[in-house]
Amino acid sequence: MQFFFEVLIGGLLSGVMYSLVALGFVLIYKASGVFNFAQGSMVFFAALTFVGLLEKGLGFWLALPATLAVMIVLGLVIERIVLRPLINQPQITLFMATIGLSFFIEGLAQLMWGANVRGLELGIQDEPLQWVSDVAGVNVSKFDLVAAGIAAVLVSTLAIFFSRTRIGRALRAVADDHQAALAVGIPLQQIWGIVWAVAGAVALVAGLLWGARNGVQFALTFVALKALPVLILGGFESIPGAVVGGLIVGASEKLAEVYVGPYVGGGIEGWFPYVLALLFLLVRPEGLFGEKIIRRI
Amino acid sequence: MFYREAGQYKTTYEADSAIFPIRQERFAFWTFLVIAFVVVPLTASPYLFSAILIPFLILALAAIGLNILTGYAGQLSLGSAAFMAVGAFASYNFVLRVPGIPLLVAFGCGGLSAAAVGILFGLPSLRIRGFYLAVATLAAQFFIVWCLTKIGWFTNYSASGVITAQALVILGYTFDTPRAKYLLVLTIVALMALAAKNMARSNTGRKWMAVRDMDVAAEVIGIRLMSSKLLAFAVSSFYCGVAGALYAYAYLGTVEPEAYNLDLSFRILFMIIIGGMGTILGSFLGAAFIVLTPILLNIFVHTFAQSLPSSVSSNLEPMVFGGMIIYFLVVEPHGLARLWQIGKEKLRLWPFPH
Amino acid sequence: MTTAAARPIGDVILTLEHISLAFGGVKALADISFDVREHEIRAIIGPNGAGKSSMLNVINGVYRPQEGTITFRGEVRRNMEPHHAAAQGIARTFQNIALFKGMSVLDNIMTGRNLRMRTSFIEHALHWGRANREEIENRHRVEEIIDFLEIQHIRKAPVGKLPYGLQKRVELARALAAEPSLLLLDEPMAGMNVEEKQDMCRFVLDVNGQYGTTIVLIEHDMGVVMDISDRVVVLDYGRKIGDGVPDEVRSSKAVIDAYLGAAH
Repeated sequence: MQFFFEVLIGGLLSGVMYSLVALGFVLIYKASGVFNFAQGSMVFFAALTFVGLLEKGLGFWLALPATLAVMIVLGLVIERIVLRPLINQPQITLFMATIGLSFFIEGLAQLMWGANVRGLELGIQDEPLQWVSDVAGVNVSKFDLVAAGIAAVLVSTLAIFFSRTRIGRALRAVADDHQAALAVGIPLQQIWGIVWAVAGAVALVAGLLWGARNGVQFALTFVALKALPVLILGGFESIPGAVVGGLIVGASEKLAEVYVGPYVGGGIEGWFPYVLALLFLLVRPEGLFGEKIIRRI
Repeated sequence: MFYREAGQYKTTYEADSAIFPIRQERFAFWTFLVIAFVVVPLTASPYLFSAILIPFLILALAAIGLNILTGYAGQLSLGSAAFMAVGAFASYNFVLRVPGIPLLVAFGCGGLSAAAVGILFGLPSLRIRGFYLAVATLAAQFFIVWCLTKIGWFTNYSASGVITAQALVILGYTFDTPRAKYLLVLTIVALMALAAKNMARSNTGRKWMAVRDMDVAAEVIGIRLMSSKLLAFAVSSFYCGVAGALYAYAYLGTVEPEAYNLDLSFRILFMIIIGGMGTILGSFLGAAFIVLTPILLNIFVHTFAQSLPSSVSSNLEPMVFGGMIIYFLVVEPHGLARLWQIGKEKLRLWPFPH
Repeated sequence: MTTAAARPIGDVILTLEHISLAFGGVKALADISFDVREHEIRAIIGPNGAGKSSMLNVINGVYRPQEGTITFRGEVRRNMEPHHAAAQGIARTFQNIALFKGMSVLDNIMTGRNLRMRTSFIEHALHWGRANREEIENRHRVEEIIDFLEIQHIRKAPVGKLPYGLQKRVELARALAAEPSLLLLDEPMAGMNVEEKQDMCRFVLDVNGQYGTTIVLIEHDMGVVMDISDRVVVLDYGRKIGDGVPDEVRSSKAVIDAYLGAAH
């Protein structure tokens, strides 16, 4: 039983990391109805740029704002060059465009910084917390806990940003109806620019945490693939959904891997979230927190 | 000047709906076939056959498969490579376990197995659409490759998971030279492309396009969404399956799950976006683009920028692909095939401006 | 103008009884009953949001009513499936044109005949004998419709690029291609200029007169409705407030109130 909880907690904490990536998707989807497949590449790009700048001799506190600036510019450029010309195209076209975008960003990142795997040291140890082990008898990694904390801060900041600020309100209006938002004078393109910039910043946070945990390497882009089932479970438009979906995926894939994996040869983490999401889709296509859509003709 | 349809009157509906209604086009097409079947085999080098022409043709076949599903029936799939893998492994096992089965029959059975799996993973398309469906096909991609890797029976319990494909023997003749393989692949691809074109211009194809363009209206005029979508999944997967078998037998020479990864699925998707969705010609143009680009990039970097490290061209490759995808989606959503058509229109008027 | 059908109006072929339809909590239709006779032109009128389009969607199975029954040609149904409705000879056009945008005019109309084509996809792939013959035969029928609606010149054009009025006509052609016995038209003349409206009126009357097709029609132009229809149903806020020949409806107090906005 103790082992079960250890796996469960480990899964939930890594689920928080999925939520972090999924959050970037939700932001953009809410504002512009685009499923941004390139979010994972942006995570990779951010981590690689940060590490690259460190290697160039910049200090941590200099590299961080520099990378943030790069990510914000990247977000703005994407909005301007890719998304704006594709306004009013079918969702599926936009989706394919972001697949192309992800290839472009991955190539660009490696062209700029090379393809070697790098370590990233944030100064947080990835070791079990002693007092938790003593009290509960369960091993919980300090790193995971810090990561979860950062994710929680980020999520609440964004939630407040969306519900309390002018831009947040405008954004929700845009998400509801582009035309109507335009008609009441909300500067649509400005809002989209902001959202893409914020998504770039979220990618940076995710990139640092994931990079510190797994090393900064191409495999970071696959994290985005994990975010897809997270979004299916949580719904594409819901920030709490992204969090809950991430937790479900994180916990269930770890449990499945530990308890089912050995019987079927292991490695089921790779597809388990997808099959889970697929089954879920058949029952509730709009996700846990998504809105049911009535199609009118 | 020479490309004119003036004076060519169509007196039957049959002539009106022919694949190449204009005489010059028919002539060009037959010339092209003669070149592909006679001139190329007599002149091309083994390198050209095995590094360019054979993969080009096989990937074009897979692109036709995806085009049927995505371009004609409007169902996005990110799992084409997995269906190719099913075709390859099924063919391998049919040859291995059914004594005396002719190889072409085994390929056909491989295609049919892929079709069956395609129908299975197509079932969610009845409830979900758009990129939600893409998730279902991603599930297929990961799950199928995992099955083929982990379940020993599929690989005949080979330790490495990499199996050498059986020899290509058809009617007692062994296709072991690049030229012979090329001719075999060319024949299969040409026939299957013709069949795809025929489906596309008949009631089957119209039903697919109707489902793609406006599913409610399609249902209202009597099209059953379920059977149309599942048929598209089946036919598409059949094409991918045969392409996968050819990929293993005529190109790689080995059967291994890792050859059919997500990257290959994306490449096939790129082929139809760049080539042109909903056109058979576009599948060929897109495949040519995707096969040739890395080679040309390499040559380009080696000739003009020798000082740069060799990784540059391999990093430029995804950038060029990604850039082209965005370019085509923004500027010419109908792809190279449309550019070709525009070119023909211009030629029809040339040398006059109107 | 001439009064409708050249053929005598026959028996009731479609009966709707106590139809109720709601989306979530919103009632779109409440306990509506009416019938349609063979060869007649039956109009449904009412202010915006009265539930007219929902009514058509119930008749051909796009929406499933929560209550009520539909009887078409003696067969009683709780609800229709769209393809059942099509197989039984019900065709329709849509308020917001629902053509297949990626296809040519000819292909759109040919698709309308999909139920008349029996050959399988394998025969299509091989393009031999039967499949080929079937294609040509159906093309002949489609060309008759193209002639009838005077759209020969745009046969090969992609529908997406046609002007609105022509798109409406192509949609009618696609519906006619199925050779329906019951044709549902959802605002066939909306957004048209006078000339286009006259053309469309003529086509509707000709379809009714030449082929004997029964027509259920939604239209806002009262002049048109009163001229060409045999009987009229009036809906308001999902309820039926009038039913009868045009003159009756025109003088009904409830109808006048609904249209002039008198207090309910």
